[in-house]
Amino acid sequence: MPERCRVFVLAGNGTNCEVETAHAWRRAGADAADIVPIWDWAAGRRSLDDYEILTFPGGFMDGDDLGSARACAHRLRHTAPRPGGPTLLEEVVAFVRRGGLVLGICNGFQLLVKIGLLPNGHEDPRPTTTLGPNARGRFEDRWVRLVTDPASPCLFTRGLGEFELPVRHGEGRLLFADGAVRRAAVERHLVPLRYALQGLPTDRYPFNPNGSEEAAAALTDPTGRILGLMPHPEAFVTRTQHPRWTRENVPEEGAGLRLFRNAVQAVRNSPAP
Amino acid sequence: MIHRVEVGVREDREDAAGRRLARRIGDDLGLRVETVRVVEVYTIECDAPVETIAAFAADALCDPVLQHHAIDARLPGSFDWAAEVALRPGVTDNVGRTAGEALALHLGRPLGPDELVACSRQYRFSRGPARPEDRPRIVEGLLCNLLIESYRLWEGDTAVWFTAHVPRVTLDHQPRVRTWRLDLSDEELLRLSRDNVWALSLAELRAIEAYFRRPDARALRAREGLPPEPTDVELECLAQTWSEHCKHKIFSARIRYQGPDGAEREIDSLFRTWVRGTTEAVRAARGDRDLCVSVFDDNAGVVRFLPDWHLVFKVETHNSPSALDPYGGALTGIVGVNRDPFGTGLGARLFCNTDVFCFAPPDWKGELPPRLLAPRRVLEGVREGVEHGGNKSGIPTVNGSVVFHERYLGKPLVYCGTGGILPARVGDREGHRKYHAPGDAIVMVGGRIGKDGIHGATFSSEELHEGSPATAVQIGDPITQKRMTDFLLVARDAGLYSGLTDNGAGGLSSSVGEMARQTGGADLDLTRAPLKYAGLDPWEILLSEAQERMTVAVPPDRLPEFLDLARRMGVLATVLGSFTDDGVFRVRYDGKVVAALHMDFLHDGLPRLELRARWNAPAPAPVRPPAPQDLGAVLERVLARPNVCSKHYWVRQYDHEVQGGSVVKPLCGARGTGPSDAAVLRPVLDSPRAVVVAHGIAPKYADLDAGAAAFSAIDEGIRNAVAAGADPDTLVGLDNFCWPDPVAGPRNPDGEHKLAQLVRTCEALHQACLAHGIPLISGKDSMKNDYQHGDVRISIPPTLLFTVLGQIPDAARAVTMDFKRPGETVYLVGRTAEELGGSEYFALLGETGGVPPAARPEEQARLYRKLHAAMAEGLVSACHDCSDGGLAAALAECAFAGDTGAEIDLRPLAADGLDRDDLLLFAESNGRFVVTARLGSEARFETRMAGLPCRPIGRTHPGGRLRITGLEGSVVLDRDVRELEAAWRAPFDFAGEDREDGHA
Repeated sequence: MPERCRVFVLAGNGTNCEVETAHAWRRAGADAADIVPIWDWAAGRRSLDDYEILTFPGGFMDGDDLGSARACAHRLRHTAPRPGGPTLLEEVVAFVRRGGLVLGICNGFQLLVKIGLLPNGHEDPRPTTTLGPNARGRFEDRWVRLVTDPASPCLFTRGLGEFELPVRHGEGRLLFADGAVRRAAVERHLVPLRYALQGLPTDRYPFNPNGSEEAAAALTDPTGRILGLMPHPEAFVTRTQHPRWTRENVPEEGAGLRLFRNAVQAVRNSPAP
Repeated sequence: MIHRVEVGVREDREDAAGRRLARRIGDDLGLRVETVRVVEVYTIECDAPVETIAAFAADALCDPVLQHHAIDARLPGSFDWAAEVALRPGVTDNVGRTAGEALALHLGRPLGPDELVACSRQYRFSRGPARPEDRPRIVEGLLCNLLIESYRLWEGDTAVWFTAHVPRVTLDHQPRVRTWRLDLSDEELLRLSRDNVWALSLAELRAIEAYFRRPDARALRAREGLPPEPTDVELECLAQTWSEHCKHKIFSARIRYQGPDGAEREIDSLFRTWVRGTTEAVRAARGDRDLCVSVFDDNAGVVRFLPDWHLVFKVETHNSPSALDPYGGALTGIVGVNRDPFGTGLGARLFCNTDVFCFAPPDWKGELPPRLLAPRRVLEGVREGVEHGGNKSGIPTVNGSVVFHERYLGKPLVYCGTGGILPARVGDREGHRKYHAPGDAIVMVGGRIGKDGIHGATFSSEELHEGSPATAVQIGDPITQKRMTDFLLVARDAGLYSGLTDNGAGGLSSSVGEMARQTGGADLDLTRAPLKYAGLDPWEILLSEAQERMTVAVPPDRLPEFLDLARRMGVLATVLGSFTDDGVFRVRYDGKVVAALHMDFLHDGLPRLELRARWNAPAPAPVRPPAPQDLGAVLERVLARPNVCSKHYWVRQYDHEVQGGSVVKPLCGARGTGPSDAAVLRPVLDSPRAVVVAHGIAPKYADLDAGAAAFSAIDEGIRNAVAAGADPDTLVGLDNFCWPDPVAGPRNPDGEHKLAQLVRTCEALHQACLAHGIPLISGKDSMKNDYQHGDVRISIPPTLLFTVLGQIPDAARAVTMDFKRPGETVYLVGRTAEELGGSEYFALLGETGGVPPAARPEEQARLYRKLHAAMAEGLVSACHDCSDGGLAAALAECAFAGDTGAEIDLRPLAADGLDRDDLLLFAESNGRFVVTARLGSEARFETRMAGLPCRPIGRTHPGGRLRITGLEGSVVLDRDVRELEAAWRAPFDFAGEDREDGHA
């Protein structure tokens, strides 16, 4: 009997991609993908206990007014559904500890980095990496090529190889606090996806659209159960979303969908708690 | 205590924003500054110990990996001089608001009335500019708009530093209600109207005076305890309800029109005759294929899409505010038009934005008249405003144009459009109707009220002058609006309200006034309205255009649940009164009635305008400049013209894919460089049915013949939609007019001709829409787009934007404009005539004469249906509209978009009668497409197009060159397509996308 796979998609206060992200989860075979208003979570009316996967979708939470996802990160650290009870951040940490999967896309990735869950994971959540303003100082919407690190523990990116997705952000430049943090991330294969040119990671604009160190487009944690990425996998689940579908042989199913399928598969295969 | 927190990028890290700014100082102002660094400054007034503020700053305001911060001290760093730019009191401070919310969360309590966080921005400059006296030029030329911001300079004195400065609105004013006597002389009345910015005409003032003498009005006032003289609340309410902006007086006027043929006739309302009349005729002709669900009587037009979903669309302009504050004006423009489809019927979810900008050329070099901003600054401010408004709202910006003409210096045009998807049914109700009834509560939802945008409606009906009020400027707040729309969609689906509308121009006066027409009255208590600060007069509360507000009608039995949901979702909702049926618009303040107007007078008491229109322009005549030697060089220069060249600078900075429905993006082709003709997207992710969004705009022909400009705009819009695969039987149109003042007067001597141009345009609209079977579903006009200072008057060219919506049953049938592969046959569909007046080619040569493109709508309507049938059969691999820059530009674009060469031969086109290659290549005749047939489908394609102007003119070619054989049989143009692409992309490559080392 396969395990249930229910997805909590956070929404509200500036998220923008919850509808298509939930749609992608359903197409990938999730039993349910519920769009949950952050206010209901914060008030304890909805709980992570009922879900196997948590998703922070793209958007501009709190307008990114204090820097991308900063105000929202602060909100998760300081909001407790019950007075004196665990904060929302502590709930997320507990969710990962008991085997839950977490996906953060774009603004959701910025949030995972700023609450310190990436790349260090739930055992040691502190911010050692950030996503700063793009090197060119501006928002850009463009498609990029990505290569997968096959040695990464990340459950989401298994077998993805090389593929294309759109980026749509102004603050996606991945910066490590120092050389030691960077080396640790590389050695532990916590950079599952890199911006690529001709199959190889690249620093060259616009192929690396934001000037990220290590050409990193994504980070995972040591368990591989958390993934944050700047590109939008939910924006390529079907052929006609691809920018060259009218001129190339693009498969009916978009490459982004495989990332969601991997996660659903991982939940189904996980041993019962 | 007041504290200052400075947050900046650490010295050992690159400051991308600062680097971009240093580059702009060079590009825009021609000054050199080696480095700029940007520091965010938070001024915090809060009753908490400094340790708490320090913990808050570290936790919420500063990124420990990238930034450092300082509290009540100068952030370390070396620089020569600095400027700090702060918003003036009362101007919307989005960052400050977010920081304030975070602080409240940090403290675990709401902020008190004397506590606030304000955000300002500090710029630190090193090594430059050479002359210290140029420092204010940098600040005022790029960083600070003195209308809404102020700045302070620090010039190296180590003993001092910026001090904390709290921008608090302090109005030492006791709210009051004044009354005005109207039994005055004509002159005195007009002065009263001018002094109060009512913008009422003498006839209107006299009609108002007469109303207040009406026995029923007197009786009503006596009953309500009002004096016989009108209150300022009543006069302001009438002035804004009757403004050109709200009542479209010129479109409703009775016009005596003398056309080019000299004959005179009367037109009884342009709107009724040519706009509504057109739609009625088209709908009748379409019979049961009519797609219209609701037109002209709500905030946006509604058409059928899927059994469960309707499409909603609206296009607006926000010109005057964008002239004063390009960023805030454009931002408010986009989030403002969002609320129109959102406030249609029971409320639509928004799925796309469009934007069309008209600017003076960015390299414009003249002396700037007072109060106008440099074209480059307007361009960048507007671009950024739409970026923030659209991107942060999560609505993709899918289609647009940037059009240049010197006379847009007088007023830039900012057209913003929004599409929504409306459920056909909400519970047991129809989604496109409103159901509010007497007794329903009037609830204001969203932000608080301040002096924002007071007199915006009347102001936008006036020419721009030196004393234009700063209060006309507002800054939108996408996040407050997003919270509000998230909440209202939940409330809609739970059936918690019966109707809603937008608070835009005219504020509550307009929204409540409009909704009250359905029930027959309203009773509004302004004392309950949530304010940003004290000291507003009741009329100001009524008229304020503070953004992010909707007026919602809530039945009494749903009210507790509605208010509870709002509270839970963090949205402000306040009951301000109730709808009534006693025929009176009643306003209370502080326990007293301050306005009581009969609804019939408020909405229908406006006297009609009587205007004269007289056509006064010579008939266009053909001219022939000498033929050039090198057509390849001419093509490169045509491709580099501002109206033709690549707009990737805008496209890349707008999120055009969010919501996941993207099918054809603004840029397409092998390397994402091709200019798509239209946007195609799927607003309902479970369905393959797609919406096509396109537009046409052609003001460059208007000086020669406004009618030709209108036909060209309409045909271009239709062509663009058809080129992308839209079914011509599904097209609907939106007409948006931006005109110079068409009412003649001492300062406007050619007003009668401008009105005649408007008449010609409306006639063209009627004729073209009838021929194509396109109903108009919504439109708007903006009528006073002039600048006047002393004797200097700059009037924009008459400008019609025609937006087209179409549908494709299956998105996979969409077609893009890039050549797909070598060896395919290239066709020119449509006929070319010697129509180069107003063309890019003639403009390049400095030739102002010539004949503009003519109208052949009946022929085009037949042609487009045949072409579409071939496309729907899958016979067409690429299709591109021929417009600005003519056939040559279209061929170049198709070729470099496909990264494919082409061998073209003009001789099959000889039958069209043009005997010169340059005229054939650069004429801008309407009704033409460059098409390739899918390999192997040529014969079937030609059969389908038999009897129509559709000629094979060559083949796509692997060589990577565009080679054109002329009418004489020799090669007249031979260029590398990548070189053509580079020429086309270079002019607006402001961010250096194409430069290897490019620093933005």
